[in-house]
Amino acid sequence: MASDPKKPRYLMEKRAKRKIIIHVSGSWTIDKVPPSPEEIIKKLREQATLDQILIDAQKLKRWDSTFVLFLATLKTYAEQHGIAFHMRSVPEGALHLLQLSIKSPSLRPESKDQERPSLLARIGQWSFQVAGAVIGFHSFLGEVVLGFANIIAGKSKLRFGDLLLYLQHAGAMALPIVSLVSFLVGLILAFVATVQLKIFGAQIFVADLVGIAMARDMGAMMVGIIMAGRTGATYAAQLGTMQVNEEIDALRTLGLRPIEFLVIPRIIALSLMMVPLCIYADLLGIAGGAFVGAGFSDVTLLQYISETQKAVPLSHFFIGLGKCFIYGIIVALIGCRKGLSCGRSAAAVGKVTTSAVVTSIVWIIVACAIITIICYVYRI
Amino acid sequence: MKDLLAKENRSPHIKVEDLTMAYGDKIIQKDLTFTIYRGDIFIIMGGSGCGKSTLLKHLIGLIRPKKGKIFFENTDFWAATQDKRLEIMRRCGVLYQSGALWSSMTLLENVALPLIEFTALPPKTIEALCSLKLRLVGLGGYEDYYPSQLSGGMRKRAALARAMAMDPQVLFFDEPSAGLDPVSSKHLDDLIVEIRDSLGATVVIVTHELASIFSIGTNSVFLDSESKTMLATGHPKKLLEETNNEKILRFLTRGTMKREVAVV
Repeated sequence: MASDPKKPRYLMEKRAKRKIIIHVSGSWTIDKVPPSPEEIIKKLREQATLDQILIDAQKLKRWDSTFVLFLATLKTYAEQHGIAFHMRSVPEGALHLLQLSIKSPSLRPESKDQERPSLLARIGQWSFQVAGAVIGFHSFLGEVVLGFANIIAGKSKLRFGDLLLYLQHAGAMALPIVSLVSFLVGLILAFVATVQLKIFGAQIFVADLVGIAMARDMGAMMVGIIMAGRTGATYAAQLGTMQVNEEIDALRTLGLRPIEFLVIPRIIALSLMMVPLCIYADLLGIAGGAFVGAGFSDVTLLQYISETQKAVPLSHFFIGLGKCFIYGIIVALIGCRKGLSCGRSAAAVGKVTTSAVVTSIVWIIVACAIITIICYVYRI
Repeated sequence: MKDLLAKENRSPHIKVEDLTMAYGDKIIQKDLTFTIYRGDIFIIMGGSGCGKSTLLKHLIGLIRPKKGKIFFENTDFWAATQDKRLEIMRRCGVLYQSGALWSSMTLLENVALPLIEFTALPPKTIEALCSLKLRLVGLGGYEDYYPSQLSGGMRKRAALARAMAMDPQVLFFDEPSAGLDPVSSKHLDDLIVEIRDSLGATVVIVTHELASIFSIGTNSVFLDSESKTMLATGHPKKLLEETNNEKILRFLTRGTMKREVAVV
């Protein structure tokens, strides 16, 4: 291998006292991994003061940009240290590229390195950002309300074809995943309860626990979280991509308001569909509970069902449905808002989609807490 | 035309033989036979929707031809092994119509990615090499910028730097001047010629920009959407002077039918 004639090499030959000749040989191409420029500069630094460098490329075989880089590095070094720089038998193309790369770029960016702002300034900037986001969200909310008013007043019309499509997507197509998750949540709750209540021989109360938990909170919460991950993310990604492709600007220039055209049908579709989905999730959760409660203890299925009927009044269901409706509005609003505020790149779409899901889930839980406290205060 | 090309005594780089392109059963172009010589600036031209970009996708190995063969330096591309095909593809650089820079990476990272993946060069050398390439296209100092922070023309240049990252032997351009003003478009043309001259690469360009076709093209193929086949191949200026085909003449003269180079 050592004698491979294609291997890129260089040889420094000291001529006279202050003159050095660098002989280049072999193929200087990226796949042959030529010597790195730093290595060569390091060797040059070790030399005593020089006033002339000569590159001799007589034995150079093939070359590409790595060779140009070699020349450019040496030339820059020579210029910085006031050393004369000469080249012999360097291919014309390489000389040409060298010139092209050294020619001062026509487009110089303004300096990007700014001083890092002080802590106080950063807190200030951050507060302005947060304030901007809050104001932005409120003006979005205002636009949505105005959009609804326009539609109700008949000033702009709702596109029913689109609405049906969104209804189908947010409703029927979400059934499989909602079924699976809520059945399993009911089942898990029942298992936890069975193990504890068995100690007191009170397994029958598993029905109470699962029924109340599913109807009041867990059904709605699970549907909310599933829809945040499924539909909220879809909305953010759809509107974000439209923003990237300037489709939203195209709507605006045609005099169509994106809020009424894109956002309101989505909000209506999702919040409407949340209610039946929630009923469905509650029932499946209770079924999951019954599967464990009646299947893994002495309680019969009939006992379980009648205990559930006794324990869960209809008001619990209505609270759950109300919560779920609100979660639907939260998820749709946040998904659309994030989508519309998307930047103009593929990365930005990913960012707003993630942010839509995370923000929705946080606000679902906050909303749940607030409603629960209100219900407690008013003893509902 | 044929003996004129033979006289110039150039070695063939890419040869297309009896190529038929189709999406499913829908035939886009058939019976394409032409040769791209080393050092050519080869123009693929024709009206909108005639299959120019599809031909380019066939040449860079993204789509398998329905029928016919494509040779890279006497290697039948689709008869070669997977490894050989990848090796050929790595020697091709492509500039996509919209640039197709990865938006989550800085310009330096965009150019560096193929070098990091496919070469054993140390990171510092890769960085220096990428800076050099950005300087070559006139974007020195923009290493840390993201594509979204650049104008359309600068993005094209950056995409060119990425296409050149691996020092390809063939550079493919899909509508390089689309969306550029005439001056930027001219600069890009000049850059293409300069890079071809210095690196000795072959250049294949899909375009219907007459100014570019006449100022830099050295060979071409003309595709027609009605007959679904090529009508001619050869030097664009020669085609303008010698063609008897009405469609070609209309295309090359913007419908005026006067045989003179309108724009240079």
